[in-house]
Amino acid sequence: MDWINLILIPAIKSVILVVVLLTGFAYLTWVERKLIGRFQQRIGPNRAWKFGLGHPIADALKMIFKEETIPNYTDKILFALGPGLALAPSLLIFAVIPVGPTLRMFGKDIPFVVADVNIGLLWVLAVGGIGTYGTVLGGWASNNKYSLLGALRTSAQMLSYELPMGILIIALLLTTALGTADGSGTLNLVEIVRMDRPWWLWAWIWLAFPLYFICMLAETGRKPFDFPETENELVAGYQTEYGSIKFALYYMTEYLHVLGASGVAVSVFFGGWRGPFVEQFPGLGLLYFTIKLLAMVFLFIWASASVPRPRYDQLLKFCWTFLFPAALIYMAITAVGVVLL
Amino acid sequence: MFLFIVFALIAIVAGLGVILSRKPVYSALFLLVNFATLAALYIMLQAQFLAAVQIIVYAGAIVVLILFVIMLIGGGELRDIRDPNKTLLRRLTAPRVTGAVLALLLLAAIGYGLITGTLNSASGSAAAFNNGSVQAIASVLYTDYVLPFELASVLLLVGMIGAVVLAKNE
Amino acid sequence: MSYVNEVFRGAVAIAQAFGVTLKALLSSPLTVEYPEQPAAVYPRFRARHELRRYENGLERCIGCMLCEAACPTGAIHVEAAENDPEHPTSPGERYAKVYDVNLMRCVFCGDCETACPVEAVVLGHDFELAVYNRAGLLLQKEQLLNPKAPNVVVRAE
Ligand code: SF4
Ligand code: SF4
Repeated sequence: MDWINLILIPAIKSVILVVVLLTGFAYLTWVERKLIGRFQQRIGPNRAWKFGLGHPIADALKMIFKEETIPNYTDKILFALGPGLALAPSLLIFAVIPVGPTLRMFGKDIPFVVADVNIGLLWVLAVGGIGTYGTVLGGWASNNKYSLLGALRTSAQMLSYELPMGILIIALLLTTALGTADGSGTLNLVEIVRMDRPWWLWAWIWLAFPLYFICMLAETGRKPFDFPETENELVAGYQTEYGSIKFALYYMTEYLHVLGASGVAVSVFFGGWRGPFVEQFPGLGLLYFTIKLLAMVFLFIWASASVPRPRYDQLLKFCWTFLFPAALIYMAITAVGVVLL
Repeated sequence: MFLFIVFALIAIVAGLGVILSRKPVYSALFLLVNFATLAALYIMLQAQFLAAVQIIVYAGAIVVLILFVIMLIGGGELRDIRDPNKTLLRRLTAPRVTGAVLALLLLAAIGYGLITGTLNSASGSAAAFNNGSVQAIASVLYTDYVLPFELASVLLLVGMIGAVVLAKNE
Repeated sequence: MSYVNEVFRGAVAIAQAFGVTLKALLSSPLTVEYPEQPAAVYPRFRARHELRRYENGLERCIGCMLCEAACPTGAIHVEAAENDPEHPTSPGERYAKVYDVNLMRCVFCGDCETACPVEAVVLGHDFELAVYNRAGLLLQKEQLLNPKAPNVVVRAE
């Protein structure tokens, strides 16, 4: 019965994950609009159904039934490929994020992660890097100056912020050497979540969180760093020419990036599904993970409501003159500390 | 073996696409496909770490940079620069000769590896790398291959300094 | 040192920004849920016209056409007729047989109500003027005499 373990269970888990993510995306838009509304002392969407809960469904229907246009003089192949290329990696990130502990179900030990691979965090970085292509290609294929500028901005921004982000992740990986038995560290997100760390190590890790959070905002292209689609300079950036379901795919990607980045951050910085009594009732892990994830998403929305968008050159300057050196210093101190301990 | 053939074919087709497509953007994308198949081949060799790094570095950074440059200078269709009046011999300019010689050298090296069997025997040693784990690669990289490793870093440093000098020169 | 100072000041400023939004989040929204809740208008707000009556039911308008003359956009059209002495429509000699207001032309300047000698035409508070066809914007005398929600404002000037 090898195929059950090898194919069936991961397939079921993937399907559940995708369904949950896509519903989650729809209601994330609702949560964001509601929260942004309250941040601005408005009520937010409340027309469709109780508390406006019908808005995501209405939006989806509207998107689906709109006419799908491909403008003339675009690169037709890449224009159609763009949204798909953007969406797929944002879903793939979740493959390595453990959303709960291992549960015993149907007489089998089922870990709450799709792929328990030993390069977990590298997978996140790799898939995150590929996610740029959808935006860049879509923007270029649109044959529109605004879209092209959006695409160019995306590539420069992603490349720049990937560096401090990667360095911070390396620093955090160095700290895992203190947690494993043989002192060699791990890349596996499942093990990183499981790891028991003393309080001072947690404090040191949390010190890096503000920097990491800024990188996350830039990497997901969220406000205040939404330069790929700055509406008051570039109309809608890379998605100017997109409409209907293709636009919806880009829209989805943005929110899935938020969810994915939050999931990774929760796993790396805040112990993923861990919490009190989780050893006795493994089901609680799922709850804790959801709560932490929502808290992280709240932070994203809070930031987008609070901080205005800087200028583009300020964004890059900030990355190279502050974030990058700061991350390097953090990594150096961590490395020295890990070697000494 | 079946998977290998599939991926190898994709890699070859993508490689041909890189040099044959008329639009630079498509070339860059074919290059991306090529790198992706290489990563798949690494995974088939149990070298997951290498595969991930291949994707992060090449797909995540280098091809994005290439695309960035192509878009900055405009990614329109390339003109056919062949001059139909020139004979084959006169079209052999210096860069083309260099390219041809390098290609022949590469072919010769691969052929040598195939004939002497060095290429074939290398495939069996995945277990020696502890299934391509990070620890195994790290220890090999910092003991046996420390000199090439450091040389590569010096090379990169030189490139970086060169870039800074070029950018500074107004 | 100044660099560190700058970084620190920036961090404090951003923290303050987060504080401001948090305070807004915790306070209740200022939204007026308009179609459900009535939207407040200022007392001297000028919207749709109304024609007033006296307490005894007689129409105030005496068909003098001063409003038609005063209107800068020609939005008002009045046709006067003699009152039937037995059953007068208005206390004066004449009354308005036809009184039309074209809301597509009206600019709500209020000149008509200033011009009216008997304070018959006034601009009320009913601003919900959206209709599905143009005919709905041509108000006739019956509509003007029977507003949705009578709201008589007689302005001092
Ligand atoms: S408000 Fe002004 S524009 Fe409107 S009907 Fe009266 S006088 Fe004419
Ligand atoms: S509304 Fe006033 S101004 Fe106009 S016709 Fe009647 S009485 Fe005269």
